[in-house]
Amino acid sequence: MQNFLSEIKTTVKNLLSRKGRTFLTILGIIIGVAGVIIIMSLGAGAQSLVLGQVTKLGTNLVGVLPGKSNENGPPASVFGIQIKTLKLRDVEAIKDKGNVPYATAVAATVRGSATLISGRESLDTTFTATDGSYPNVQNVEMEKGQFFSEEEGRAGNNVMVLGYDVATNLFPYGDELGKIVKIKIPNNNPAVTGDTGSIPFRVIGVQKKMGTVAFQNQDDQVFIPFSIGQRQLLGIDYIQFLRLKVNDSQNVKTTIDDVARVLREQHNIKNPEDDDFSVRDLVDAIKILTSITGTLSIFLSLMAGISLIVGGIGIMNIMLVTVSERTREIGLRKAIGATKRNIRNQFLFESIVLTLSGGILGIISGILISYLIALGARFAGYDWAFIISPMAIILAVFVSILTGVIFGLYPALKAAKLDPIVALRYE
Amino acid sequence: MLIELKNIVKNYENGDVITHVLKDINLTVEEGEFIAIIGPSGSGKSTLMHTIGFLDRPTSGEYIFEGENTKDLDDDQLAVIRNKHIGFVFQSFNLLPRTSVLDNVILPLLYSDSKIGHEKKAKEALAAVNLTERMNYMSNQISGGQKQRVAIARALVCNPKVIFADEPTGNLDSKSGSTVMHILENLNKEGRTIILVTHDLNVANHSKRIVTIRDGEIVSDRKVEEKDRVHSKQIED
Repeated sequence: MQNFLSEIKTTVKNLLSRKGRTFLTILGIIIGVAGVIIIMSLGAGAQSLVLGQVTKLGTNLVGVLPGKSNENGPPASVFGIQIKTLKLRDVEAIKDKGNVPYATAVAATVRGSATLISGRESLDTTFTATDGSYPNVQNVEMEKGQFFSEEEGRAGNNVMVLGYDVATNLFPYGDELGKIVKIKIPNNNPAVTGDTGSIPFRVIGVQKKMGTVAFQNQDDQVFIPFSIGQRQLLGIDYIQFLRLKVNDSQNVKTTIDDVARVLREQHNIKNPEDDDFSVRDLVDAIKILTSITGTLSIFLSLMAGISLIVGGIGIMNIMLVTVSERTREIGLRKAIGATKRNIRNQFLFESIVLTLSGGILGIISGILISYLIALGARFAGYDWAFIISPMAIILAVFVSILTGVIFGLYPALKAAKLDPIVALRYE
Repeated sequence: MLIELKNIVKNYENGDVITHVLKDINLTVEEGEFIAIIGPSGSGKSTLMHTIGFLDRPTSGEYIFEGENTKDLDDDQLAVIRNKHIGFVFQSFNLLPRTSVLDNVILPLLYSDSKIGHEKKAKEALAAVNLTERMNYMSNQISGGQKQRVAIARALVCNPKVIFADEPTGNLDSKSGSTVMHILENLNKEGRTIILVTHDLNVANHSKRIVTIRDGEIVSDRKVEEKDRVHSKQIED
């Protein structure tokens, strides 16, 4: 133990006697380790952001999208490609209790951009046309008034629920309930030619401030009954998105199978390979999002790994210089009884001390930078968690020790092999 | 018998050229002797010292140390012998830089079996060379004579059978040199075997026996009469 302590003392003294050189030597390791820490922290932060966004939607949800997709990727419709295979009669079949017994609510939606006109004010936003069952599927809290009922939705009444930001923009005095707001019919609507005109709606409710949920700003939109949005505003006969609420999380998988079976019957599909729709639950959605952040992490870790290799080569270089500078010392140590192992361990230990101190400095700066990034993300309005896992720190310590061993071994073996007489005579 | 060399030959090969450095050396050293090996440079005296000191292996011949043939010992076993039984004093001191006098003396103990009492042993060795009050100085803060005395303390600290001194006064002025020689004489008086390597007859005359080597061969091996021996007085510095 005393031998070991005095070894540490000598090593540290040797390194401190050349502070500038030592610092430059470990800079590569500092950067590499800081990189690892930052990547792991950002990965965890992004993950928690994604999870937070998705779970805010509510649990026990099943989504149906038109278009086929493989297990891990999103379907093409997510990227804005219009697929017209999902129709209203499919929704009716899914709503049938005999077909999908565990679904407690089903809401179909289409979305589009909308120009709102209220008096002389106008505002560009998006509309979500959906069923009255929408609040039963998804968390909706009302600031004022109420959401339209199932009957109003089915009947296609001209009623509208405002998102929080839309309401405060159009009605800064909060007198929106009962007011008439018109939506201009988009002029790409194939059902209307010439002057497109507009459709009037009566405001019956304002949604509470929700922030972003599933990466959509919930406050910058208006809700209107499904049929008006689909037929009159967009002029289409298909559905963009369908969401179901399941009575219990245990039944989510069964419900996915039920929905798929119903849709295959509806579309006369014999082979699941030929599906023209995708049924997903939130677990799938989380899997997809985490697989994206995971891929990114691997890529960035590779970059950090390259930095560690470059840093390690720097360590090897400086250790070779140290060995040749201290050739006489090595000769003397051998003359007074140091074995090859003693000499090898001495230089290996020195290189580990180098990389480990680089690792510790890297961990500290990595944590600081991750914290600054988290602060920045929160400042930008994201619900970003600052996470440093103990795993990341253990990994960083382990990696820096490993770098010291790998890149210190060759110089240390070279020192151990020196012939004591030659070493003693070295000038 | 402490050291017995039988027909020691050392050749250096450099490509096709073979240099015969030691040619059939036979030498015995008893415990407690004070021997000087002298010879001009290139005579092979350093190689002989390295061979006796286990820093080098002979090409052929037998080396019996304390009754044991050392032929089949590997590098690590030789390192253990050097640590336990041999102390080296070099012309250029070879102290570790940026290291205190005390830690320099402790160094051989770090490679020994003994795990405790390092500091006590090192202080005793420093007392033997009269440098107790310098023990906390850095090795670059003391004079050349003091450095060589630290080196002697370092050679002594493991309590070896033999001390090898390779031109110990070569880098010193005459005052410091005679202090160093005085210490070596005292160590011999206490019963320690000293093997001195030098080219300087005046230094060699401190010893009791002079072995002259020339062109790799021992050309004379004679006792030094007590009336011819030079004795140094210790001069404090």
